[in-house]
Amino acid sequence: MTATATRPSLTSKASNYLDERTSISTMVAALGRKVFPDHWSFMLGEVILYSFVAILLSGTFLTFFFEPSMVPVHYDGSYVPLKGMEMSAAYASTINLSFDIRGGLLMRQLHHWSALLFIAAIGLHMLRVFFTGAFRKPREVNWVVGFILFILAMAEGFTGYSLPDDLLSGNGLAIINGMVKGIPLVGEWVSWLLFGGLFPGNDIVPRLFVLHIMLLPALVIALIGVHLVLMVINKHTQFAGPGKTNDNVVGAPIMPLFAAKAGSFFFIVFGVLVAIASTFTILPVWEYGPYDPSPVSAGTQPDWYIGFADGALRLAPGLESEIFGLTFSWNILLPMAVLGLFIVVVMIYPFLEAWITGDKREHHIAERPRNNPTRTAIGAAGVWFYAIMWAAASSDLIATHFHLNVFQVTWALQAMITIGTVIVYWLTKRIAIGLQKKDREILLHGYESGNIRRLPGGEYIEVHEPLDEYSSWKLKAFDSYEPVMVRPNAQGRITPATHLRAALTRWFFEDRIAPVTRGELEASKHDHH
Amino acid sequence: MASRKKTGRRHPLASAALLLIGLVAAGGASAAVGTVANAEPAPAAHSQQLTIEDGAELFRANCASCHGMNAEGTEHGVSLIGVGAASVDFQVMTGRMPMAFQGPQALEREPQFTQAQSDAMGDWIATLAPGPERPAEEWLDTSQVSAEGIASGGELFRINCAMCHNVAGAGGALTEGKFAPNLYDIDAAHIYEAMLTGPQNMPVFNDNNIAPEQKREIIAYLHYLDENPSVGGFDLGSLGPVSEGLFIWIFGLGGIVAITVWLTSRPN
Amino acid sequence: MSAEDQSAPGEPVGTEHDVVVYGRGAAIEQRDAFENPGLPPHRPRQTDLHPHKERRAERQVVGWFLASMLGSVLAIVAYFAVPIVPGDMGSVRANNLFLGLAIALALLGIGFGGMHWARQLMSSHEVVEERHLSRGSVPSRERAVEIFRLGDEESGFSRRSLIRNTLIGAIALVPLPAIVLFRDLAPVQNPDVALAHTMWEPGMRLALDPSGTPIKAADVTIGSAFHVIPEELASVGHEEGYLDQKALAAVLLVRLKPEDIKEAPGREGWSYDGIVAYSKICTHVGCPVALYEQQTHHLLCPCHQSTFDVTEHAKVIFGPAKRPLPQLPITVDDEGFLVAQRDFTEPVGPSYFERLHYVDPEHVPVSAAETETRA
Repeated sequence: MTATATRPSLTSKASNYLDERTSISTMVAALGRKVFPDHWSFMLGEVILYSFVAILLSGTFLTFFFEPSMVPVHYDGSYVPLKGMEMSAAYASTINLSFDIRGGLLMRQLHHWSALLFIAAIGLHMLRVFFTGAFRKPREVNWVVGFILFILAMAEGFTGYSLPDDLLSGNGLAIINGMVKGIPLVGEWVSWLLFGGLFPGNDIVPRLFVLHIMLLPALVIALIGVHLVLMVINKHTQFAGPGKTNDNVVGAPIMPLFAAKAGSFFFIVFGVLVAIASTFTILPVWEYGPYDPSPVSAGTQPDWYIGFADGALRLAPGLESEIFGLTFSWNILLPMAVLGLFIVVVMIYPFLEAWITGDKREHHIAERPRNNPTRTAIGAAGVWFYAIMWAAASSDLIATHFHLNVFQVTWALQAMITIGTVIVYWLTKRIAIGLQKKDREILLHGYESGNIRRLPGGEYIEVHEPLDEYSSWKLKAFDSYEPVMVRPNAQGRITPATHLRAALTRWFFEDRIAPVTRGELEASKHDHH
Repeated sequence: MASRKKTGRRHPLASAALLLIGLVAAGGASAAVGTVANAEPAPAAHSQQLTIEDGAELFRANCASCHGMNAEGTEHGVSLIGVGAASVDFQVMTGRMPMAFQGPQALEREPQFTQAQSDAMGDWIATLAPGPERPAEEWLDTSQVSAEGIASGGELFRINCAMCHNVAGAGGALTEGKFAPNLYDIDAAHIYEAMLTGPQNMPVFNDNNIAPEQKREIIAYLHYLDENPSVGGFDLGSLGPVSEGLFIWIFGLGGIVAITVWLTSRPN
Repeated sequence: MSAEDQSAPGEPVGTEHDVVVYGRGAAIEQRDAFENPGLPPHRPRQTDLHPHKERRAERQVVGWFLASMLGSVLAIVAYFAVPIVPGDMGSVRANNLFLGLAIALALLGIGFGGMHWARQLMSSHEVVEERHLSRGSVPSRERAVEIFRLGDEESGFSRRSLIRNTLIGAIALVPLPAIVLFRDLAPVQNPDVALAHTMWEPGMRLALDPSGTPIKAADVTIGSAFHVIPEELASVGHEEGYLDQKALAAVLLVRLKPEDIKEAPGREGWSYDGIVAYSKICTHVGCPVALYEQQTHHLLCPCHQSTFDVTEHAKVIFGPAKRPLPQLPITVDDEGFLVAQRDFTEPVGPSYFERLHYVDPEHVPVSAAETETRA
């Protein structure tokens, strides 16, 4: 702080005071003009962070009124249709904080809506990172950190919506109990320990509460910290564009533009969430009533982010085997295994792709999805697979709303998740390659200008105009790969891994489209003139 | 917030879209006031007194082709001997009978007969064999039901009805294309008769299972839901987490993404 | 074209003048490629060109911030002016709506105002920052290696292998007590017996849920569906495990025309005059199976759509469940009330690993194959 002015201002005195005790100027100097590239899809991470702040603030408010206890009480609040009923303290306090605390319902709805947005934004953010290859070196580690955050977010959501101890959450826990019990060898014991004896018991709500407000949030906050620090170290990716290279970052400096935009965006996200919370009901717990193992509601579904697991259970075949007097519940284990495999593949995908390409360079340019057709097709097939499981979780509502037979809906979804996934893979790959061809076409022969000209011979043609240097750059600039050949290693051997890698690179890059070269462009100009 | 009355069976997206438009237009102000108009009274055309003979005649003219000349049933329709006047009133006055077309189940529509005509047919059916009577007025009058009574009605509703009709009465799916209809703004008599007679695939809840007082409590609870629209704002069709998930993806995240596109665009 | 490298993963191929070069694997070295044209010329905004537009943008930003202030004030006003009247749901709705919209205005005012400021008035010149490889610089990497070497040397971690190995062993064992500590998350007794039995006993009356009113056989007319609990359950308090027992013992009771029932050999005596009782807990993952269709006699689970046919001992006809619902053998007592003959002959609810151990010897399978394939 070199305040040489005649009379230091209050700000400069305060800054000096702080810096002499914290050396904060070092951090400001290092980060203050750090550059962030500008693209709408780069804001998704911020949406996640800001909805998480909204969750923390509203959640803290809720803890002041919520009683995480399953002690039975008689309801004596203001909601008429529950008057005098016996229920857990958790459910009663949820109703009370909704109906007898000013702003309590608002905070509860804000908390729940923010949670839904939080995880939805995580999903979209992950898709952006996946489809642009932003997980490539040096960001593989951060992909894994983000992936763990995604799992933690789902765990937070599940523990959270189980807390009110209403009919819906209780039936959700009943399903979890059934799934846990289906695990061979340990299932019975895990269920016994989890619920403190028989289901539902008196312990599950306080136990989930501790996970929900202490353990899981602590992990989420810690990992968000790691995620952001790594993001700063690696710097953000950017899309190819004029002046944007693999060796620079082009965009807005933190001070002031990026900070202003990010700060304002926080208030916008928060404001939109509050607006939703004040106008749209979410989980009307009072309609569901206190948990009771006998009743159930039509349309019993989990929150959207657990839907894929519920859908997998619905699509599962009705199989069980009894081997040596032991029961294997394939109708539970199979969907769990499929989900587990799906999740693990998502987590390790960056390492798989890195091994296949063998590309050890750092990549800071976000790829356009079309320029890596195989990856894009894998991603699209994954999205389809997930989406079908998700749709299956609402098979009953699909049936009633489109006047269909719920059995047939289930069969159709079973076909769509098996055959459909393959079709989506193939179709996406063809579309991506088609788009690449179109890019080549535009570069070599110009874009269709919309101007129709009549030639002297009476023939009409549409004039094709060449792109200028700046707007054509993003069509030209992308990495190109080709299948590797099987070659012996240093010891002169060809290992099975070498064969596998060669086969996988063929699968990935066989029908690639190469970027246009200067020579090709020259040649095409000669063709035309 | 008259959405409860209007949504009915509609695609969740459609209702969500409509609700959003409604929100923008009305600024949500109406939600604050939001009282739902009472259901229209069932057409009560007691202008002329019809006899049992008239009922028999109406039956033979309109129903006998499926149910037989003497209500003994044919291959197209079940026997109505012993179904009682309550069943006739429910089926005819909710428009389920005569059936518009053969399908997995008879659908609700505008009633095709006046109350008097329906009553006459019901009285004639009741002469064939004893069956459930039309409910007495005292079991339909919910004005005297206490708060505890409404609470008891809610509990009975959840145990006996919600698995098919959903806790908020939004309806739900059954097997092979059948469904349990929503229970919004249903006439008290028809709720009572449905429980008493078990129309189509709905089970019967006779007076030993759910006593008349309890049936009245259930009606009182459903009417409470009708009169107290969703407290938290628009109800998104009361379909539970599915409509909430669709809403947050399409309108929540969709809206936020639209904002990000705007704020990263270059102002000219 | 392809520069397939054979080096160990992650290791640079070489360094030239302090520039690390990594292997490119299957990537092609692009020959004859285009040059990056560099940043396009900066385009000024309207607010950069026209002072009056700049002033207008300034006023708009101020307007947003003022709107935010108004929102904050309105929120406080709404908190007091739109109170919650006990029992009046309309007042709760109004409180939620006005308080929420005012707070939303307060937040969005700051958000849109700040965003407008940033977009229209702050410098829009793009800034370029150089990237560097994520790896540490050569000196710091060397220093790190040196520090580890010093640490090893000064502590003798590699040299004193016995110390090292016993330390690893100790650290590996130290979490084990924590695992044991979790045993008392549940009661001392083992789960098997508790899970395998319900409170149904010989002679226990079937009663209505939730009132506990016993049911006479004559009350159960054809087409009825009764949601049933053991009569004794109604007097069990919530603190004494009411819900736990209900979660095991809940039963659905229906009456079929005797000619509709396809009775399995050995189960003839389990029903009474067409009245049958089945566990309500789904054999898939344990949702209450309660959707009874009285014409088709199908029982549907609303959670995962498993469908059971009551006429054939609740065997599965659709969905992910595999086993039929357990049947409760019933009869009537001297006063005509329906009573259980005994407990279920098999554990209710979802399958688990040791389930078969707890199937009663007197259990009668629905058919030669309870394991029979489904329709």
